[in-house]
Amino acid sequence: MTEAFVQEFEARAGTATADGPEWLEPVRRAAMDRFARTGFPGSRDEEWRFTPIGPIAQGTWRAATGGAGELSREQLAPFVFGHADWTTLVFVNGVFSEGLSAIGQLPAGVRVASLAEALRSDGALLQAHLTRHAPVEGSSFTALNTAFLAEGGMVHVGAGVELTAPVHLLFVTTAEAGGTVTHPRNVIVVERGARASIIESYVTLAPGQSYWTNPVTEVAVGAGAWMEHTRIQRESESAQHVGLTHVDQQRDSHYRSFSLTMGAALARHNLHVRLNDENIETLMYGLYVTRGEQVADNHTAIYHDQPNCRSWEVYKGILDDRSRGVFNGKVFVQAEAQKTDAKQTNRNLLLSDGARVDTKPQLEIFADDVKCTHGATVGRLDELARFYARSRGIPADAADRLLTYAFAAEVVEEVTLAPVREELDRLVRARLGGL
Amino acid sequence: MLEIRDLRASASGKEILKGIDLTVNAGEVHAVMGPNGSGKSTLAQVLAGHPAYEVTGGSVFYRGQDLLELEPEERAQAGVFLAFQYPVEIPGVTNAYFLRAAYNEIRKARGEEEIDSMDFIDLLEEKLKLVEWDSAIMSRAVNSGFSGGEKKRNEILQMAVLEPTLAILDETDSGLDIDALRIVAAGVNKLRRPDNATIVVTHYQRLLNYIVPDFVHVLTNGRIVKSGGKELALELEARGYEWLEDTVGAAS
Repeated sequence: MTEAFVQEFEARAGTATADGPEWLEPVRRAAMDRFARTGFPGSRDEEWRFTPIGPIAQGTWRAATGGAGELSREQLAPFVFGHADWTTLVFVNGVFSEGLSAIGQLPAGVRVASLAEALRSDGALLQAHLTRHAPVEGSSFTALNTAFLAEGGMVHVGAGVELTAPVHLLFVTTAEAGGTVTHPRNVIVVERGARASIIESYVTLAPGQSYWTNPVTEVAVGAGAWMEHTRIQRESESAQHVGLTHVDQQRDSHYRSFSLTMGAALARHNLHVRLNDENIETLMYGLYVTRGEQVADNHTAIYHDQPNCRSWEVYKGILDDRSRGVFNGKVFVQAEAQKTDAKQTNRNLLLSDGARVDTKPQLEIFADDVKCTHGATVGRLDELARFYARSRGIPADAADRLLTYAFAAEVVEEVTLAPVREELDRLVRARLGGL
Repeated sequence: MLEIRDLRASASGKEILKGIDLTVNAGEVHAVMGPNGSGKSTLAQVLAGHPAYEVTGGSVFYRGQDLLELEPEERAQAGVFLAFQYPVEIPGVTNAYFLRAAYNEIRKARGEEEIDSMDFIDLLEEKLKLVEWDSAIMSRAVNSGFSGGEKKRNEILQMAVLEPTLAILDETDSGLDIDALRIVAAGVNKLRRPDNATIVVTHYQRLLNYIVPDFVHVLTNGRIVKSGGKELALELEARGYEWLEDTVGAAS
């Protein structure tokens, strides 16, 4: 349905999707042209080989128009980690809700705003970053997101500033989201020597509702900066979610990401991290927990362009029923990136005979003095551990839940924010049938 | 308490236990000794219900109950405890969480109320003293990254908390230095009561200097070939297992 998007694009003049500074419209148009030219990826596209995007490509999607009318803060309570005091930007069905959002105490030098607002007030900053990290040539979905770029979250942490509390970008859908598509665009800039923890959540108040979320998040981590990025995807299990996060890191910086995939019928997330200078550290943790016929597809790519950097990646999957997991982990080490230390691990636990995983590490190494390892496993619960727990009086089904939880907990415990970690822990336990 | 009659068991179609008879009464400590491959660890694991072994004959009655009919967790709930030769690592679950889960499952099975984490911490404090341990160990993942000695000590801690009626120690002395051995043995001795019993499975006599048995049984090739008092262990230490293997060979 590529044509429908082109028509919508041409018809949107005068609407919010066409707002913004002068430089933006050509960017959107170029992205639209790119999408019109290529359309959705086909089944022969290697990057999308295992990802059933039929429901997206063949679907008819309306632009979301918000509809936050009846929503109250109490309804959002389950999603805010018990911290209504944290700065939280709330987007309901793609539209920013000022009433539901909360700007907490922010140190001087920190800007948090909706993208629409930032396009009016922080145009120069956005011009320097929008599409610079996530190029439209990279993917049809990014092109489409850019063509309809209008709303999302903007976080700017000035040089040397330390954010004491996290900033939360919360995207929530309601029953009104049925049949709609949203293209959230987030820009997160953590300048030189700054420190920030950012949470990005995609949640729903309408489980079972069918809609499509197509977010793109661009992240710039300055020299010597530290950033923790927690991405929580708990969409409706009938929804489609195709997201891309692109991170650029500078010298001596530390970026750690945790990505949870629990929702959506089809969940695809691309995480690309480029290490632009020396002595950078990158940690990427992921957990996908699926059931029914869900598909959880994680593609990660780490670009070691410079020497003396370290990347560490652990993605784990727990798959039940007839659900499927896809993991593709690319590690590119350029010829000049000597002394690179890169480790990638993907481990999968199958809870049923019908569950399946396609896992593919993809290492391309052009430097000769590096330490790069990868490992992938797909298996069942360890029989010996099961017997050990049972021999201590724990019944078989409880032992299974305990060991499954333990498998997940090993990555969840890497989240440094305690309230978030505890909530993720609770979510995993609840999904595994209560512990 | 425990009546084993003509117990036979195999793994992957190979018979390992070829007719074991053993009676253990309350208040007793029995040592089961034997060379490598004699079947002594198999005996310990069969009693705990290890799924890798198939019982092909004989019977085991524990406090009047057919033990072989019970699932591993039901055996534990009935008071049987196996201290593993190779305790299993469970990354992602803290020692405290695991042990409280086990403790509460056993209480639940006995119709007792579960205890909350605060009360459990008090209980733990007391039990930790028994193995001369600091509570820091409780927030580490179960056996994960533990040294060999720590793993064995953790087994005894679990035993102290779960208070079994029948404790089976499978080569608990292997891989322990003398200090760890002393601590582990002291823990076991403090847990001895007139109403419980212990089976100590070991290759070496060394452990029996610390945990003094009432009876010693020697297992070779899947059968108990000799039983006696604690002096039998010393005799074995002096003469080696070949001595008995020779005797058996001559007798048959």
